[in-house]
Amino acid sequence: MNIDSIKNGIVIDHIQAKKGMEIYELLELEKLDCSVAIITNAKSQKMGRKDIIKINRNIDLDLDILGYIDPNITINIIKDDVRVEKYHVQLPEKIVNVVKCKNPRCITSIEQELDQVFVLTDKEKKVYRCKYCETSKEEIENN
Amino acid sequence: MKNLIDIKELTVKEIDELIKVAKDIMQNPEKYSEKCKHKKLATLFFEPSTRTRLSFEAAMMELGGNVIGFSSASSSSTAKGESVSDTIKTVGCYSDIIAMRHPKEGAPLVASMKSTVPIINAGDGGHNHPTQTLTDLLTISCEKGRLENLTIGLCGDLKFGRTIHSLITAMIRYKNIKFVLISPDELKIPEYLKEEVLEKNNIEYVETNDIEEYMDKLDILYMTRVQKERFFNEEDYIRLKDYYILNKEKLEKAKSDLCIMHPLPRVNEISTEVDDDPRACYFKQVRYGKYIRMALILKLLEIE
Repeated sequence: MNIDSIKNGIVIDHIQAKKGMEIYELLELEKLDCSVAIITNAKSQKMGRKDIIKINRNIDLDLDILGYIDPNITINIIKDDVRVEKYHVQLPEKIVNVVKCKNPRCITSIEQELDQVFVLTDKEKKVYRCKYCETSKEEIENN
Repeated sequence: MKNLIDIKELTVKEIDELIKVAKDIMQNPEKYSEKCKHKKLATLFFEPSTRTRLSFEAAMMELGGNVIGFSSASSSSTAKGESVSDTIKTVGCYSDIIAMRHPKEGAPLVASMKSTVPIINAGDGGHNHPTQTLTDLLTISCEKGRLENLTIGLCGDLKFGRTIHSLITAMIRYKNIKFVLISPDELKIPEYLKEEVLEKNNIEYVETNDIEEYMDKLDILYMTRVQKERFFNEEDYIRLKDYYILNKEKLEKAKSDLCIMHPLPRVNEISTEVDDDPRACYFKQVRYGKYIRMALILKLLEIE
C-alpha cells in the first residue's frame, strides 16, 4: 500500500497498533483542513505492527496527550521533503481534559467547568491520579 | 502555609511547630484568649458533623474570635444549585478563614483554588481529614511523649477509613514506626497504600484479622468505626459492623502504657467498660483536637 510522502508536515510514528484512531480523535485532527493519513497495522521491525499518522502541515501538537497514550511514539518533522527533526514523546507530569474522573464521589462529578486534571504519581507503573480525589482510573474500573 | 487541604502538604517541621503551639495553649490558655479578636471563622459544613464543627467553633471562640456558618447543605445555597466555587467566593467576603466539610472528594481543594481567605479541609468524603490527623499526632505526642519508635495497631475499616490512611501517611515520616493492620479481608488497606506508601518507604507492617494476635506488641491501638455511609450495599455493612469489639478481655495481654485511640463517634467497636481504663485516650483525643485546631487557625491567620 502506498501513501504519498509529505513535503511539509508531521509524521507521528511508532504508535502502538490500533491506537492511531484514538490519537486522531484526541488530537482533534478531523478539524484540520489539510490531508491527514492514518496507517494502521503497518509492518514494523521493532514493534511487529504499528500505526502511523501523517499530517500534511506543521501544527502545534499536544505532546502531553501523545505521551500519555503511548510514550514510545516518535515525532518526525518534515520540511521540503526532508526530515529535519525527530524526537520521542515523554510521559507528561499532568494531563488536562484528556480523561474524565469516573469516581462518583469526586467533586468533578458535580462542579461545572472544572478542568479534569490527572497527575503522574508513579512513573514506572504509569499511574495517573485525579488531582482532586486522588483516585486512579484503574481503581475505579476495578471496584 | 496558606491552606490546609491534605496532611501531606505539611512538613515534619511545620507539624512540630503546630504541636508546640498547641501544647503552649494547653499550658497558658489565657495568653491566647484574645489572639483572634475581631476575626471570623466560617464553618461550612455541607455534610453534618457535630464533633468536628463544634471543635472548630470552640477553638475559634477560645481564641476570642467569632463564628458564622451552616451545618448542612440543605441550609446553604447548595440546595439552590450553587457551585462550591461561588459559595466560597461569597463566604470569603464575610470571613477571615474557612473550615469546610463536603461529601465530595476534592471539594476543599477546589475551594482553596478560588478562595481569597485560608481554607481548612474539615473532611471531604472518604478522602482527607487533615485536622483529625493533626489531632492524632498531638494525642500521640502528649500521651506517649514521642512520635518515633512506635508500634501502631490500626483496627477496623482500613479500606474506607480516611483517618487511617492519613495517619499512616503522616507517621511514616518518623523513625522506626511499625504498623499492625487489623481488619476483616473485605476491609483491608487498599493495595495502592501498601505499594506506594508502606513498601516504597520500607515501612515494616503485618496484616491480621485477629485483634489479639499482636496485642502485646502495641504502643498504640487505633480503633475505627465501620462507616455506614461509605457502603453502597447495606448487606455488607450489616455483616461487617460488629467484626471487632474491644473489651477488657481482649486487652489482657496489652502493655500497661498502651494508648487506645478512636476518632469517634463510636458505635459499639469499643465496649463502654473500657472507658474507665487509664489506657483509654479517645475522649482526651477530642480535647487535643480543639487545641491543635487553635494552633492551626493561628498559623493560617499568621498570628504569633
